[in-house]
Amino acid sequence: MARQLGDVHRRFLQSMMSNSVLDEQQATALYQNCCDIHKVQSIPDKLDDFIDNINSKLQPMFMQIRKGMSEDNGHQFYALVNMAETDVTRMSSDYADNELELFRKTLDLIVSSENGKISSTDVLNIADTLTTKKLKKSEAEQVLNRLVQDKWLNEKRGEFSLSVKCIIEMEPYIRRMHEDQVKVCHICHNIAFQCQICDSPTCGIKIHNPCVATYFKGRVDPRCPACDEFWPHEIPGIYFYFSTYNS
Amino acid sequence: PSSSQVQRGMEKFTNSQVDQKTAEVIQFFLVKDQKKIPVRRADLVKHVIKEYRNVYSEIMKRVHQTFDQVFGLKLVEIDTKNHLYILINKLEPPEGGGAAAVQGPANPKTGLLFVILSVIFMKRGAVKESVIWNTLKKLRVDPGERHEQFGDVKRLVTDEFVRQRYLEYVRIPHTEPVEFEFHWGQRAELEVSKAKILDFMGQLHDQDPQTWSQQYREAHAPPSTPGSSQPHTSSSQP
Ligand SMILES: [Mg+2]
Ligand SMILES: [Mg+2]
Ligand SMILES: [Zn+2]
Ligand SMILES: [Zn+2]
Repeated sequence: MARQLGDVHRRFLQSMMSNSVLDEQQATALYQNCCDIHKVQSIPDKLDDFIDNINSKLQPMFMQIRKGMSEDNGHQFYALVNMAETDVTRMSSDYADNELELFRKTLDLIVSSENGKISSTDVLNIADTLTTKKLKKSEAEQVLNRLVQDKWLNEKRGEFSLSVKCIIEMEPYIRRMHEDQVKVCHICHNIAFQCQICDSPTCGIKIHNPCVATYFKGRVDPRCPACDEFWPHEIPGIYFYFSTYNS
Repeated sequence: PSSSQVQRGMEKFTNSQVDQKTAEVIQFFLVKDQKKIPVRRADLVKHVIKEYRNVYSEIMKRVHQTFDQVFGLKLVEIDTKNHLYILINKLEPPEGGGAAAVQGPANPKTGLLFVILSVIFMKRGAVKESVIWNTLKKLRVDPGERHEQFGDVKRLVTDEFVRQRYLEYVRIPHTEPVEFEFHWGQRAELEVSKAKILDFMGQLHDQDPQTWSQQYREAHAPPSTPGSSQPHTSSSQP
């Protein structure tokens, strides 16, 4: 049984509610700040225990502070998530029904795509297929812009992928809706969208791009961690990763 | 209903069903609170409580408890005639004054609101619209122009802040042409510390807050602590 919450937990939770997503550094600073305000001793490296304590009290409300990795840079992020079956509650006050349908269909398309990215043309084609109320191309474009602005989608050179906030919040929904299509990273065991896939036909494991970079860093002869075949993909080496998860 | 009716209601549902409904009510309030929109009891019953209306008071008891113990929030009925509810923050604002005295999500609009509330408070509770617009112009926020951060400033102040119950925007009687004035809204009365506002004004004007003696008395009067003023929390039935 977890301990009772104090005002220090409540203040942390309130900030999580008003910030859609925090990176690890921001979350640590917030923890520190809440401890300072309530004159409580903060314990280094115990952020996740602190959050677990809050989560134990959030569980009856089907809410949770979840951690997830950005598929772009490998950094860890935190977000407060609604785990209830009503899929997109938090968005429902910001988007109309047909806009939500466009988002859901975009999500589906990204999940079933090979590399976790789709083009804006792909999205605009869905606009015609909405059952709630059709959107004109120009309207759909505006919705897409808003989804990027609100940090649900990332856009790079006309291609759309899921943001870290979206992955953290939508993972339960995606796992429910796409059981058979969900890919999991062989290194960090988290859900994977933008990833590399082992070529060998009997293997086919997936690894996130940032996880590829950490795993193969400094190895002269990159081989698949599962089947030991040569790993023919490009190894991104231009980033520095602060890998904090345990594989 | 009487307590025996509630009891009979409770027999109809399992404890975990009531917990589940409690969770839905909490979610509903939290979603509305993102936009600071007051919740109408009739809407809550119609859209969320539904067939659980017999056990409304039991559900609301659990909702109050959870907001208090887990979120540090308090559910308050701000309008006992129309049964409107808002969430207010029970946690003390952190030291440091300024915009931090307004609680809730950190938001650039909060700073603007704080300025307006300060002006109203210093002018003893009611300020003509034109005075507010002139004050904002001095801060380079022109209500006639689109602002990069606030968008339509006039709409933000006279509509959004009013719907959120931070401000009241009322017609001054017998004015021709029609004139309006601003008052503090119920949410501001409950959420915003007048003592913090006065400290902030003191810093701004490099003056001891006590020199504004009337305001000082009002700010430090006993019932002005956040969350403890008149409107009562209600857990009665619909
Ligand atoms: Mg307390
Ligand atoms: Mg009034
Ligand atoms: Zn991975
Ligand atoms: Zn392999």
